Amino acid sequence: MIGLEHYLVVAMALFVIGVFGIFLNRKNVIVILMSIELMLLAVNINLVAFSTHHGDLTGQVFTLFVLTVAAAEAAIGLAILVCFHRNRHSIAVDDVSLMRG
Amino acid sequence: MMIQIFAFYLFALLTLLAALSVVFARHPVHAVLWLILAFLSSAGLFVLQGAEYVAMLMVIVYVGAVAVLFLFVVMMLDVDFAAFRANTARYIPLGLLMAAVLVMIIGLAVGDWTTSSQMAERRQSLTPLIDENHNTSALGELIYTDYVFLFQSAGLILLVAMIGAIVLTHRQRKGIKRQNVLSQMYRDPKASVALKDLKVSDGNPQ
Repeated sequence: MIGLEHYLVVAMALFVIGVFGIFLNRKNVIVILMSIELMLLAVNINLVAFSTHHGDLTGQVFTLFVLTVAAAEAAIGLAILVCFHRNRHSIAVDDVSLMRG
Repeated sequence: MMIQIFAFYLFALLTLLAALSVVFARHPVHAVLWLILAFLSSAGLFVLQGAEYVAMLMVIVYVGAVAVLFLFVVMMLDVDFAAFRANTARYIPLGLLMAAVLVMIIGLAVGDWTTSSQMAERRQSLTPLIDENHNTSALGELIYTDYVFLFQSAGLILLVAMIGAIVLTHRQRKGIKRQNVLSQMYRDPKASVALKDLKVSDGNPQ
């Protein structure tokens, strides 16, 4: 039988892959945003796994809110990216240091 | 029961494989497509756990909206993505180190935890039996009663995100002819049309 631990391990692997993706693609903002989405997906898997394990629907309600925030974050992040690309004609993270004194 | 185990390992492996491919993809368009696969297979994981509503929401919101948004942006931006991949091998050791540390930290938590003995009494909202109430309607009852304010503020977050994205990306270009409906409607024939009286053969001197 598939228990709670199986899902926790999958979520852990997914989260670590997301963190690794941020390190690997540290110049490419688009892939960094996708890695953040992967990490949020891992969080959702954890929430749903605990929710079903304990028979408590609150975890799934919380998943909805995480989903909402992830969608809003992706929309705003991509909008900032488009804005940045329009002004600087590049999306390299290294160029985003104009505010540094 | 056998098919459940098979489906779990299938979806779990697909999710992890797709996530790895997102990270290692050569081109962001491929990464977005792998991301779609990761979301679809994790929706399968949710269905296996009996969370059908969250699974369908995953498919609709992520595959239908977020991934398409990513695809639009990746295709719209004219960026040399190959330049980003130039010296990524430099970051692999540090990334692997961080990944190993994270695996150890989270593994400690996953390997050793216990459920409180009061857990059964402290549950906020019991999952109803599947014969009595389905997942979607049970979740709906919960959202519109206990969590109605949080639900409304989630809607507000989306509204703010929508307005913010429009404000950030909208721009008025200069030097482009546009239709101005109001100025067309307010145009007065007296001010724009002049009737002239001309004598016969006066306009064409010979």
